[in-house]
Amino acid sequence: MKRLEDKVAIITGAARGIGFSIAEMLSEHGAISIIIDLNQEAIDIAVQKIDDMGNKAIGFAADVTNSEEIASIFKEIHKKFGKIDILINNAGITKDGLLMKMKESDWNAVMDVNLKGTFLCTQKVCRYMIKNRSGVILNIASVVGIMGNAGQANYAASKGGVIALTKSSAKEFASRNIRVNAIAPGFIKTEMTDKLPQEVIDNYSAAIPLSRMGTVKDVANLCIFLASEEASYITGQTIQVDGGLIM
Amino acid sequence: MDIKAKVIDLIVEELGVEIGEVTLEASFIEDLGADSLDTVELIMKFEEEFDIDIADEDAEGLVTVGKAIEYLEKQLS
Repeated sequence: MKRLEDKVAIITGAARGIGFSIAEMLSEHGAISIIIDLNQEAIDIAVQKIDDMGNKAIGFAADVTNSEEIASIFKEIHKKFGKIDILINNAGITKDGLLMKMKESDWNAVMDVNLKGTFLCTQKVCRYMIKNRSGVILNIASVVGIMGNAGQANYAASKGGVIALTKSSAKEFASRNIRVNAIAPGFIKTEMTDKLPQEVIDNYSAAIPLSRMGTVKDVANLCIFLASEEASYITGQTIQVDGGLIM
Repeated sequence: MDIKAKVIDLIVEELGVEIGEVTLEASFIEDLGADSLDTVELIMKFEEEFDIDIADEDAEGLVTVGKAIEYLEKQLS
């Protein structure tokens, strides 16, 4: 039997990047990955990729900042599968800029998706997990939520908020056997970072003790571990996947 | 089945208490050993069983068995 056989796992922002890699790997370990993202076309491609490997995935187009949309989709998922075992709050955006010049709308947009979206999905899923006396919630934070970053006041604040939300929900749900942990990736190679000039990448890498960028698989591997029974005594933690960037 | 009997049944089932303990005056938290999450779950159970929506402001007032029965009888009449 596979490690996450027949576990029903919802992953937000999973059509590409880190979210997709998590969905892909959860499915490889036997889970049914439910991909939530904004764009139906991108979702269909992601589901097809997992399907082609002989693993299970379905998708829903939804906006994590829309409470009613999320509630109705989670209800539908619960009706279909009879349970929801794992929620991975991965959906996130950046709207970088120096604080002095940051638009209020850019602050709000980042807070809405990264922090409110995580709150709403947690709130809408927890009733099913509480009833089941079992569940795993993983929140994708970021090292900048711990150390701060010039030019990312909104993003860093939202990710710091996610870490505090993780600890609070871990405390609230622990008595119902629901574990909540955060993962704080460092500098991870994605489609987004592929566009950066080599010089910038070299400069970043020089600051990392393991002297390379991380891969989406480095993040997904930790998700598999934290979602599995092997992590049954771990809750409320923020674990960094950053090559030793901050210690 | 009348509402009162059904509510008492649900409380016995949800909180794992003896039927004799479920008096009208009994407070969910002080007398029946519920914690704050139990009370939220109980309200969700009522919503599900009676197919109604209980507003958070209303739910806050339902602290005893009697108050819950009174509220549900009024909503369902």
